[in-house]
Amino acid sequence: MIAIVNYGMGNLRSVQKAFEHVGAKAVIVDRPEDIDAADRVVLPGVGAFGDAMSNLKTARLITPIVRAISEGRPFLGICLGLQLMFAESEEMGQHRGLDILPGKVKRFPEGQRVPQIGWNEVRIQREIALLEGVPDGSYFYFVHSFFVASERDEDVVGVTDYGIDYVSIAGNDRAFGVQFHPEKSQDAGLKILKNFAEKV
Amino acid sequence: MLARRIIPCLDVKNGRNVRGVRFSADKDAGDPIALARRYDAEGADELVFYDITASAEKRDIVGKLVRRVSEEVFIPFTVGGGVRTYQDIRIIIEGGAEKASINSAAVHTPEIITQGAESFGSQAIVGSIDAIRRPNSNQIEDVRWEVVINGGRTYTGRDALEWAEELVDRGAGELVLNSIDADGTKDGYDIELNRMVAERVDVPIVASGGAGGPEDMYAVLSEGKASAALAASIFHYNQYSIAEVKTYLAERGVPVRPKIEIDLT
Repeated sequence: MIAIVNYGMGNLRSVQKAFEHVGAKAVIVDRPEDIDAADRVVLPGVGAFGDAMSNLKTARLITPIVRAISEGRPFLGICLGLQLMFAESEEMGQHRGLDILPGKVKRFPEGQRVPQIGWNEVRIQREIALLEGVPDGSYFYFVHSFFVASERDEDVVGVTDYGIDYVSIAGNDRAFGVQFHPEKSQDAGLKILKNFAEKV
Repeated sequence: MLARRIIPCLDVKNGRNVRGVRFSADKDAGDPIALARRYDAEGADELVFYDITASAEKRDIVGKLVRRVSEEVFIPFTVGGGVRTYQDIRIIIEGGAEKASINSAAVHTPEIITQGAESFGSQAIVGSIDAIRRPNSNQIEDVRWEVVINGGRTYTGRDALEWAEELVDRGAGELVLNSIDADGTKDGYDIELNRMVAERVDVPIVASGGAGGPEDMYAVLSEGKASAALAASIFHYNQYSIAEVKTYLAERGVPVRPKIEIDLT
């Protein structure tokens, strides 16, 4: 079973419906025991980093999420979910993240329209099961004002250009995060969700 | 590089396409989902559903439409038309749309923008402006744009550029600029309006009203500095396909999302 973690940060229905569309069953969960029981965990989310961490903490979801990852159960962070995988964020003050990947969440520098809204290209840096059948240079739908700066090169899986080159897919082993919305990125995004359900 | 977006707009009423065009013998021309799927397959980057239902059941009808779209079409979509209250926005966003587009209601009650942005994030709130050219003095090139509401019937006395700035300050994450002068003419978008607003605010601008062909889209996305071009009739009536528009733009150096074949089986 795929568990989509609901912690009050945005609409999860589209993610669930996209999984259904590629033949995978995904349930929306909000209790620690549901995450412990899941084979695969998806952490979506839209909104502020600080609020997200405090919601996860209040709902006692941090420990089961970190446990799922350390046990090697496949994990996918989407948008804010990717950013939460990192150690800290400078979004409206300093906040601690889940600290699964070393690095920081930063705001786009001046000179670009923020948030970045729209379709942008991902240059694949490393072949992983999550990206099987997804051509290099595929476009995905992004909506974000902050990006992740990874400390380790080996965690960088995909890179995107928005005035600067930034990390749009990160992770290692079986825990990955994507800055874009695969559930709104047509076939390229659906392929990633299908791979996550079947191949990771 | 971020692609410029091509956005078909579907006008719907009581859950049906207002402009029902036969596009295939075996498909229901009145079904917005069928039309949305066609646009998705042709390479639309996003969809706008403009709902003109005026009955007491409007909210339920819109909610149902949004849920159906999000089950079958996996590209972003926006819902506008008579979005007035927090509850209206909530039904649209929780149903699976990316954005709710707010027009007249923002003029009457600007707090709706602030409240929507605080609850759902700026990225979910689109400020939609209907603007009309007005002479500013007796000099022919000296124009300003006035905000009109209620489908262009009511003049508000507001300056469109100032209003654009206020909408963004209040939390709108994107603006749609609909030129009442250009709307329905197919003579091209109001390039100057788009450029003036784009230079004044930092959020993406969606140009609307006046699209007659790919050259108009090219003009507003280059000279007009818009991030996206919206059109209804040229796509509905099969004058141009989305693929044709994108090819035209790509040949002239405008970044667009190319169509790629991915095996989903």
